[in-house]
Amino acid sequence: MSETTAAETTAEGGHGAVPTGPEIPSGAEPTRATARRDWPLYECFVRGKRGLNHVHVGSLHAPDDEMAVHAARDLFTRRNEGVSIWVVRASDITASSPDEKDPMFAPAGDKVYRHPTFYEIPENVPHI
Amino acid sequence: MSAPTVARPTEDELQAQFDATIAADHRIEPRDWMPEAYRKGLVRQIAQHAHSEIIGMQPEGDWLLAAPSLRRKAVLLAKVQDEAGHGMYLYSAAETLGADRADLTDKLIEGRQKYSSIFNYPTLTYADCGVIGWLVDGAAICNQVPLCRSSYGPYARAMIRVCKEESFHQRQGYELLMTMMRGTAEQRAMVQDAVDRWWWPSLMMFGPPDDDSPNSAQSMAWGVKRHSNDELRQRYVDMSVPQAEALGVTLPDPELALDEATGRYRFGAIDWAEFKQVISGNGPCNEERITRRRAARDDNAWVTEAATAYADKHAS
Ligand SMILES: [Fe+2]
Ligand SMILES: [Fe+2]
Repeated sequence: MSETTAAETTAEGGHGAVPTGPEIPSGAEPTRATARRDWPLYECFVRGKRGLNHVHVGSLHAPDDEMAVHAARDLFTRRNEGVSIWVVRASDITASSPDEKDPMFAPAGDKVYRHPTFYEIPENVPHI
Repeated sequence: MSAPTVARPTEDELQAQFDATIAADHRIEPRDWMPEAYRKGLVRQIAQHAHSEIIGMQPEGDWLLAAPSLRRKAVLLAKVQDEAGHGMYLYSAAETLGADRADLTDKLIEGRQKYSSIFNYPTLTYADCGVIGWLVDGAAICNQVPLCRSSYGPYARAMIRVCKEESFHQRQGYELLMTMMRGTAEQRAMVQDAVDRWWWPSLMMFGPPDDDSPNSAQSMAWGVKRHSNDELRQRYVDMSVPQAEALGVTLPDPELALDEATGRYRFGAIDWAEFKQVISGNGPCNEERITRRRAARDDNAWVTEAATAYADKHAS
């Protein structure tokens, strides 16, 4: 198939029907040289309220740390969703492999004794 | 003695693991292995969804400077700003799949990726802003709520944020219309006229009928999509009819009638020829929408360049 036909449209995005066929082929790639392309990606974390951890809410691009905080404020906390924001460059994050079956998490799998449910307590013992 | 080696999983094993994750209704996360067709299909869907949010700012944005009161202006501004945010959440989700945000924008502007056909219709009166909130955002809610359970984690999470905000969009629109319906005969006529123009295009937002929607089956098998086009469209009609009655407007479909047996509404045939025209670039406003998006990219380039220069200067 070389062109998008209306038969290849479907309801997708929330805002409605958009084509799902192959992209319309076009000649040259756009050659616009913009600075925006080079803005680093920041991961954003919001503390919903006092007493809670910061939680990852998404990512954005910004030219520097300060602008990233401002942009995160506008993007993620328009309705008092948070009392504090962290931003960190995505490239500075070191992550484990995503698979839970990864050896990294394997040692935890057989240490069930780390969980409270491992210990049987008689029902007549309160508050434990 | 050599260190123990860990066998790299084969393609089949990876596929089996992916299939098992989908079968268990667990989420696929960015760094998981996934079939290339799954990744590509998602990038396309999420990008086009993002483009729809961004282009979707324009029809209502046209009325920001003509809002009839400061209250309406503040509400409309907040609504339009939310749509920008929805676009950002979605581009961010697309990037977790390896897409580049600026590149996606370029593809939209070059006409190589599409956006929802609904935004190619003009907003002729202020009542259109109310009808968009009620009907267009209403249809968006029908589409988006099931996407909160999409199999791809970042997409589902973006949808949860979006859905939390959509309820405000629909309610502000409906309230605007209720206010106009309590006004003069002329205002009521404006509302009815807007409903007449937006009803059919809003039904088209759910996409072509199921027997003409070739990609739906795969999309549903992968859990990217949860309900068929026709199913969602029917749900939308059933929700909208009582809302229209409460508002006091007539939906422009003489065949619209309650089916006593099923409790659902039957409705007339949709003009798919019009849909195909609009989606392939011949709607009333296609050119205007893209022209403005291009201008936003190019005319504001100096701002991003200045910010970059500032950041470079202060980076030690
Ligand atoms: Fe939206
Ligand atoms: Fe909306």
